Amino acid sequence: MKNIKVLGTGCANCKNTLKLIEDVAKEKGVEVQLEKIEDLKQIMTWGVLSTPGVVVDGKVVHAGGVPARAKVEGWL
Amino acid sequence: MTAQTTTPHPDSRAVWAAVLALLGVWAVLYASLTPIADAALELMPLERGTHLAEAVHFFIYDTPKVLLLLTLIVFVMGVIQTFFSPERTRALLAGRRAGAGNVMAAGLGVVTPFCSCSAVPLFMGFLMAGVPMGVTFSFLISAPMVNEIALGLLLAMFGWKVAALYLGMGLGVAIVAGWVIGWLKLEHLLEDWVREMARAAQAEEAGIPEGMSWSERFASGRHHVREIVGKVWPYIVAGIAAGALIHGYVPEDFMASIMGRDAWWSVPAAVLLGVPMYTNAAGIIPVVEALLAKGAALGTVLAFMMSVIALSLPEFIILRKVLKVKLIAIFAGVVASGILLVGFVFNAVL
Repeated sequence: MKNIKVLGTGCANCKNTLKLIEDVAKEKGVEVQLEKIEDLKQIMTWGVLSTPGVVVDGKVVHAGGVPARAKVEGWL
Repeated sequence: MTAQTTTPHPDSRAVWAAVLALLGVWAVLYASLTPIADAALELMPLERGTHLAEAVHFFIYDTPKVLLLLTLIVFVMGVIQTFFSPERTRALLAGRRAGAGNVMAAGLGVVTPFCSCSAVPLFMGFLMAGVPMGVTFSFLISAPMVNEIALGLLLAMFGWKVAALYLGMGLGVAIVAGWVIGWLKLEHLLEDWVREMARAAQAEEAGIPEGMSWSERFASGRHHVREIVGKVWPYIVAGIAAGALIHGYVPEDFMASIMGRDAWWSVPAAVLLGVPMYTNAAGIIPVVEALLAKGAALGTVLAFMMSVIALSLPEFIILRKVLKVKLIAIFAGVVASGILLVGFVFNAVL
């Protein structure tokens, strides 16, 4: 099972990103462990400069803005 | 990031052709704005020279003009931004000294994609990578202040000279304010945990995104247009409608006494008034144009606009997580002084 973290301080785009990943996972029938990280200190340890950022299995795969749907499908 | 995104698109020539064709269509449309507005007015049972007719003409000429120029500028900015990611900008600024670093940071602030909700992670990330604090502030001031929407609208409504002055003054304030903050050596006014993290700097470096093909860059420009113009156009149309009403009905020098050049106190008043206001630049500019037409001084109006955009209460609240109150006050004070100066200079020169 993949572990996916969405890094963001709670702006609209972060929520949209979370929702998008949820939707795509459901659609593909992939089970994921989805986490939302809002704590600034933790976000900074990932080295992300612009939020929302996405971490898949411990690797930063995206930062800044809602990712494209195709990109999300690629992660799952 | 998959390998697929880095291979150049085979049909990039077709994409270029499509973009050039669209530019051609744009130019033709732009050149025929006046004849179209004149012809449209002919069809209406209105007599030229009356208040109503002038207001309507103003509206049907200005609305497409502003939207066309805005679309072009936002598209170009969307494409330019694909060359500058925050990660790349940070790498360019790391270790720069004050002075040249402030100039670079202010310039990069204009072209790097930036959303005010990312201000804090960006601020932290810059400090942790060894970007000096003053240089970081130059970036943080210029990014929201030299706003592409404002630039586009100024260009559309007042011509390139005013737009260039706005750009130059915005950059100037960002450079000087950042330099002053760096010179004051205020690192002790960062929140403690921020200083600790910056010292430890154990953050994992996020990789610099790889290059893109031109078709991807154009797609990003198109996306930018959809996102920005798609969101702000109702405000612009409403703003121009308000402007059109004032245009036809309010006497020429109505605003001169309260916002004119002789009322020196109007500049600080405009800056103060702008702080609690936080709207997108697009909504107020058409109204601003109407104010100017009625005798308000350009410096006063520009000061108001910059204050609305660059000094915003919500942003200060976000920054409170990393800056002590005193530093936020200094930040606001330095930027406000810069804006005041811009206002007075414009009023004196023009």
